[in-house]
Amino acid sequence: MPKKSGGYRRNAWKEKLILAVIETIDLHHRYPQQKKGQWALEGIDLKVGEGEMHGLLGPDGAGKTTLLRILATVKKPYQGEAFVQGFSTRKQAAKICRIIGYMPQNFSLYPDLSVVENLNFFADTQGMEKRNKIERIDRMIEFARLGDFKDRRADNLSGGMKKKLALGCALIHEPRILLLDEPSTGVDPVSRRELWLILSQVVAGGVTVFVSTPYMDEAERCHRVSILYQGAILTEGIPADLTSNLPYEIVEVRGKPRKITRQVVKELPSVLAWRPIGDRFRLAVRKPEETIQQLTTLLNEADVEIKLLTQSRRTMEDVFIHLVDAERLKQ
Amino acid sequence: MNAYENAVNTDGLTRKFGDFTAVDQVDFYIPKGEIFGLLGPNGAGKTTTIRMLCGIIAPTAGSATVLGYDIHKQVKNIKKNIGYMSQRFSLYNDLTAYENIDFYASIYGLNHGNKKQRIEELIDQSGLRDYEGELSSNLSGAWRQRLALACAIAHDPPMVFLDEPTAGVDPVSRREFWNLIYQMAGRGVSVLATTHYMDEADYCNKIGMMYKGRIVAIASPDTFKNDQPGVLVQVSMMDPLKGEEIAEQVSGVMGAALHGISLHITVENKEVIPTLRAAFDQAQLIVDEFEIIQPSLEDVFINMVEKQMQQNGRSDSKELVQ
Repeated sequence: MPKKSGGYRRNAWKEKLILAVIETIDLHHRYPQQKKGQWALEGIDLKVGEGEMHGLLGPDGAGKTTLLRILATVKKPYQGEAFVQGFSTRKQAAKICRIIGYMPQNFSLYPDLSVVENLNFFADTQGMEKRNKIERIDRMIEFARLGDFKDRRADNLSGGMKKKLALGCALIHEPRILLLDEPSTGVDPVSRRELWLILSQVVAGGVTVFVSTPYMDEAERCHRVSILYQGAILTEGIPADLTSNLPYEIVEVRGKPRKITRQVVKELPSVLAWRPIGDRFRLAVRKPEETIQQLTTLLNEADVEIKLLTQSRRTMEDVFIHLVDAERLKQ
Repeated sequence: MNAYENAVNTDGLTRKFGDFTAVDQVDFYIPKGEIFGLLGPNGAGKTTTIRMLCGIIAPTAGSATVLGYDIHKQVKNIKKNIGYMSQRFSLYNDLTAYENIDFYASIYGLNHGNKKQRIEELIDQSGLRDYEGELSSNLSGAWRQRLALACAIAHDPPMVFLDEPTAGVDPVSRREFWNLIYQMAGRGVSVLATTHYMDEADYCNKIGMMYKGRIVAIASPDTFKNDQPGVLVQVSMMDPLKGEEIAEQVSGVMGAALHGISLHITVENKEVIPTLRAAFDQAQLIVDEFEIIQPSLEDVFINMVEKQMQQNGRSDSKELVQ
């Protein structure tokens, strides 16, 4: 097969043929204030292949930040092991720091330094050579689209721009592995899109990216995702596989009047579960064609004007809700 | 209670801070029992709009009614009859969940007999029964949110303002939170929510997209998505960077952008897809999948912002990134 420029070896990540550059084995972590038997992280086994964009999905308090801090060697795990590029996070932290870029969730820049000064500082801490450094700083400014704000102090940047600068600082020494903790939280949609565009380019360049996010829609942009909930990984896999493994399909319906539509939906036996979203109802069903037919008949009989009645894409949000509901039933 | 048809009705509502126009001739209305979402980036004027409607600041020009009360003349009546849940909800960390609700109910002047019954009702509605004795500082984000909502509606207001109500909350908790809102709306309560998270806007009946102080469009989420020009195709392929380059050369392609590991291409119509496929084949790019998808509200929003920027000229785009 011809080698493609900077691309990812086709489908290799699907079969995990590639060497795992991030690996954790039975990783546990507990904070001092936690009682015995309570864990911030409980038995995390994770493998991220080279060049993979891996999304760590989970709500606030799931343990995402703790896991990233352990991988970035900021925190020692309570129990279990974590390896980055084969180096132990317990014993070889210095080696790991040279090859990773880490962007913590909270702003990690110097507010009283300008954009250029911040980049310069981070380049120096990574021991970059001068000639290389200048070129690289320019490249990062271009990359983060901060050309017009080079000399602006970091604390005068908008939220989105701060995130982009922090990303630039994390990338300054051309790390092969990038760890990002909720880069898009609190960023408005335009900046969020720009940030993801930058990440897409980074991944296209062959860098392994491990990114945490509370937004389910972002998961669909990753090669693989892990869903973290209450310190444990509920599932891991390729987004498309996770959605197609759901034991039901989705149908969406919107009718006028809404109340009667709701009544019909509620009483239809082939509807396993339903929830309102705006004016629509999102239904979980086994056989979408059948349910659509039944609904057409019933709604027509009830004199409901059908505005929308269609099978809809299953999303990562459906996966998450399904898994968490199942988890809650267990507890 | 006032008789009113629309819970909110604005007419050329404007607010200036010095030379800066934060809210620029905004017109919209919210029918009773509807949920209206105000969508826009930080600094678009969402909060200023809410603060005018709550009677906290006066408009520079224009007028509005809330629950039939005039925001110029009847501010007291408005304040008494609305609930407001701000983004950083103001709960007392050293009070329990129950005590927080009790405190808010007292502020709103519920008398003793009614109060107890109302608190019980709120605790049941919001599912806080197991946590009523817990200090609010010990509650997780999702529970704090529900508690904040319970506090904001302690006096059973017919109009509720929510400022980014579920930012950072997981989908399951969010679904439950919105179920509470839908129950309220079902009882005739009207809701105005602001957000910059596009997937949250999906939960509203109607959305007003706000950009630089103006409302640039109002429609239902479905209408917004259906009215987008062109067809959005998601392509899973090797080397999407190269794919983007090639797609942009194909006639009938309106735009292409990396979307994580895949490529999003907007084409004029479905007939362009075979041409696109052929172009990729010719460049020896291996494509896994072509999938036609519905644009998200984020796509819609960004298209709209770009259109506005084009109309206003390039100088605008710099301000946007700020």
